[in-house]
Amino acid sequence: MSSHSTSSHATSSPLKMYFAVFTALLVGTALTVFAATLDLGPFNAPVALAIATVKATLVALFFMHVYHASERLTKLVVVAALFFLFLLLGLTMSDYATRALS
Amino acid sequence: MQNNATSTVAVHDRHGEAHAAHNPALLHHFATEEQQRNSASLGMWVFLATEVMFFGGLFCAYLVYRRWYFGDFAAASKSINMWLGATNTAVLICSSLTVVLAVWAAQTARRRLLIGSLILTMLLGLLFLGIKGVEYKEKFDEHHVPGASFSFDHEEIPGHPGQYANPKHAQMFFSLYFVMTGLHALHMIIGLGIFAWLLTMAWKGRFTPEWHTPVEIGGLYWHFVDIVWIYLFPLLYLIDRHK
Repeated sequence: MSSHSTSSHATSSPLKMYFAVFTALLVGTALTVFAATLDLGPFNAPVALAIATVKATLVALFFMHVYHASERLTKLVVVAALFFLFLLLGLTMSDYATRALS
Repeated sequence: MQNNATSTVAVHDRHGEAHAAHNPALLHHFATEEQQRNSASLGMWVFLATEVMFFGGLFCAYLVYRRWYFGDFAAASKSINMWLGATNTAVLICSSLTVVLAVWAAQTARRRLLIGSLILTMLLGLLFLGIKGVEYKEKFDEHHVPGASFSFDHEEIPGHPGQYANPKHAQMFFSLYFVMTGLHALHMIIGLGIFAWLLTMAWKGRFTPEWHTPVEIGGLYWHFVDIVWIYLFPLLYLIDRHK
């Protein structure tokens, strides 16, 4: 997979990408802490989770080589894991969030 | 993957001559080195999918109680030292960088960089656990550990002056806090064990550009643990900090 593609590229190209992702992750962390000090009304939690999701996606795509994975099954496993996670969270929360209505 | 069957047959047909030619790192039941690497990564990703569900259950419990006891959760969250959590986030991100450097070093046969990156990763992992220990000690000193000596009296709910958090509800936050960060810390300790093993293998020069599967999948594990923390940090440390 990635190991094959990265080793066949010029040796400096993955390093540049790794340091760019690393910088983005640090900036994202600082941004999360800063956003937590602002009063965003109902949007504090969504903003924090959105930043966390961007950071997690960067780690998965570039550090865990999902983006360059030649094996499509790997991508399928990632998508399947997320699908079942959202099934778990979505169905549970749709129950608890609507209990007040009945 | 779809041409698996045919290529495997082909390998068997010319097994005798291929045996002398192919790299000893390539196991017989794989057609190519790339297929061998893909299989190992795929297996690790399936394991990580089970880990997603494992932590997912805890995140689900967290969300349910956070909705119910939001004010109490905010008060309890505010009692944790946010800067220790933020520092630990940065420490883990640095360790993820050293992990990709280790994988790259293994791919490109840079033994000293590989060993250095593995050692640095472990040091950062230990630093994370040390900071975690300081944080836990604060919680023990403040009697914020769920149990007989738990106390969370007269803690104001952020943004609601004069309203105090219900200690029982706050205790639920701290239970989730200790279970989630505790299980995460356990994963870090297991990760340190894996990386200690990788380090001895690297020291003996076992890894080559053709075969460094343990570095790759050990790295996947480490990054996953980093991702869990990326979510734990805002959810546990940053509830209603602005109030």
